[in-house]
Amino acid sequence: MRTARSIFAAVALAAAAGLSTPASAAERIVSIGGAITEILYTLGAGDRIVAVDTTSLYPEAAPKLPQVGYLRSLAAEPIIALKPTLIIADGDAGPPAVIKQIREAGVRLEVTPADPSVANVYEKIRIVSALVGEEAKGNELAEAIRRDLRSLAKAVAAIPDRPRVLFLLSVGRGSPLAGGNETHADTIIALAGGVNAAAGFTGYKPIPAEGVVAARPDVILVVDRTAAALGGEKVILARAEIAATPAGRAKRIVTMDGLLLLGFGPRTAVAARELALRLHPGLRLD
Amino acid sequence: MGASLSLDVQRAAGDRRRGRARLLAGAAGLFAVSFFLSAGYGAVTITPGQILSILAAQAGISLPWSYTSAEETVFLAIRLPRVCLGALAGGVLAACGASLQGLFRNPLADPALIGVSSGAALAAVACIVLGSGGILAHVGAEYRLPVAAFIGGLAAVWLVNRMATQNGHTDIATMLLAGVAINAICGAGIGAFVFASDDQQLRQLNFWMLGSLGGVTWGKLLPVAVLALPAILLLPAFARFLDAMLLGESETLYLGFEVERTKKIIIALAAVAAGASVSATGIIGFIGLVVPHVIRLLAGPGHRALLPASIMAGAALMLTADIFARTLVLPAELPIGILTACVGGPFFIWLLVRRVGGGGWS
Repeated sequence: MRTARSIFAAVALAAAAGLSTPASAAERIVSIGGAITEILYTLGAGDRIVAVDTTSLYPEAAPKLPQVGYLRSLAAEPIIALKPTLIIADGDAGPPAVIKQIREAGVRLEVTPADPSVANVYEKIRIVSALVGEEAKGNELAEAIRRDLRSLAKAVAAIPDRPRVLFLLSVGRGSPLAGGNETHADTIIALAGGVNAAAGFTGYKPIPAEGVVAARPDVILVVDRTAAALGGEKVILARAEIAATPAGRAKRIVTMDGLLLLGFGPRTAVAARELALRLHPGLRLD
Repeated sequence: MGASLSLDVQRAAGDRRRGRARLLAGAAGLFAVSFFLSAGYGAVTITPGQILSILAAQAGISLPWSYTSAEETVFLAIRLPRVCLGALAGGVLAACGASLQGLFRNPLADPALIGVSSGAALAAVACIVLGSGGILAHVGAEYRLPVAAFIGGLAAVWLVNRMATQNGHTDIATMLLAGVAINAICGAGIGAFVFASDDQQLRQLNFWMLGSLGGVTWGKLLPVAVLALPAILLLPAFARFLDAMLLGESETLYLGFEVERTKKIIIALAAVAAGASVSATGIIGFIGLVVPHVIRLLAGPGHRALLPASIMAGAALMLTADIFARTLVLPAELPIGILTACVGGPFFIWLLVRRVGGGGWS
């Protein structure tokens, strides 16, 4: 009986200790979305993050933080239990019912837009920097990206070559998905001076073998994880449908880090420049 | 000699009655414990005193344990509806499993067998991949998926039932095979949609197929409760009919039961309840199939104990699995479909192995 009472007292004490953390002590941010996390670190607010989602893989410190799961399948109570003062979430975060529950619990949750445009990179930086009170650094970051993309656009405009690029994404079994219109892949290919070879549809869709041949890509673009899942660059180029394309004949395949290429965070210009250099071997960038 | 035999029979009957009472009490205790643990334990620490305070405040009584509004929301708007949905879904799946196993006289019967789950899954997947048009466009966005799943589940059962019914007689064996066929066709349809889905839809789809109690609100719970409670309350009333069915369909008829009508009522109750449950939680396996067998191994095949004990044990298993789902990988959450089997499976195997020398299924 006495043991039971002392256990109860210990539980109550522990709970009280958990609750008495002063609210003013420090900002506790839960960052949901790879780009949001990168922006926070770039703004120097990384030490205020208490948890991230599983897509937050960069910088190296990010994936070492507690993870609240995949951004599309979040759970409300564990996030609330982290006692965040602010949750910043990518527009893809969900499910919607959980977002609503978190807000109803009185936790501040801000969502950035989800559209895969360059304008949205600046918008995300603007929103996040305003939320953490680092507007000056945010403006600087956005300006740097704008400058880099402008000089890239000028360099790319000087060369006439516009290779057709097919972006392939492997998600488990079945045929790989191709990145159509209104995808991050489509935007980054355009920035790098390429033409999306799969522009006939919107979003990421499974593309049949004959569709790959008909798309006539000059270059195959994949992220590192897809390359690994499909068995490496050589195996991809040897696939019958790809071997039959100009890209297959010229053995042109580009593999890039997934979060760098499609994250659309602070490294958007870096990604666009790297892709441009690999699409146009003769390109000169300052 | 004759007197001592009848004494033995009487004693055996008394033992059975006492055993039944013990089993029901045990199942009820298990359910109560898992319900309170589930409501009291989670990522956010809320003490029993605070829970009392929060509940009393709803009735206008103020108690000395203080709590924050965030704790109140977590308990009342997030955890409590989830626990209630878990209890309801667990109870419904086990009740439907027990009565369908009895009705079909087949140990492998469960709500999935009559097509509810696969019909609901096909409709849900179609809704995710194709988007919602037609009638669904008039339903609030967050209710579209459950409504589609519910309609899909009922449509599949109706088809199965239709195929097995001729001249007002529903042939159980045909129904079993029709269920297998419909499940296969729905599986093919799901495969086609999975093939045509993009990465976002695939994620959403996997989430639904593994089941989850997350994100439920009182508003979403209410229609499920209205549709599922009749099965929990009424199915146990068919215990004698299902006991008779164990002897065979014609024997049941000779015993004076209205076989055709009762069959239809049981199937309708199970279809509506399981459809409502699946529409709210996605597909959660194991409970409907295995919980009734666990109870049979403990208490024998008589439905008067089997049905109520299965309902309570099903709810208890679901809630226990959900405690693990909610807390094992904090601050994230596991899909509960993985855990129902992990929690219940080893226990079931232990029971089976222990029984190997002791006789067969029934």
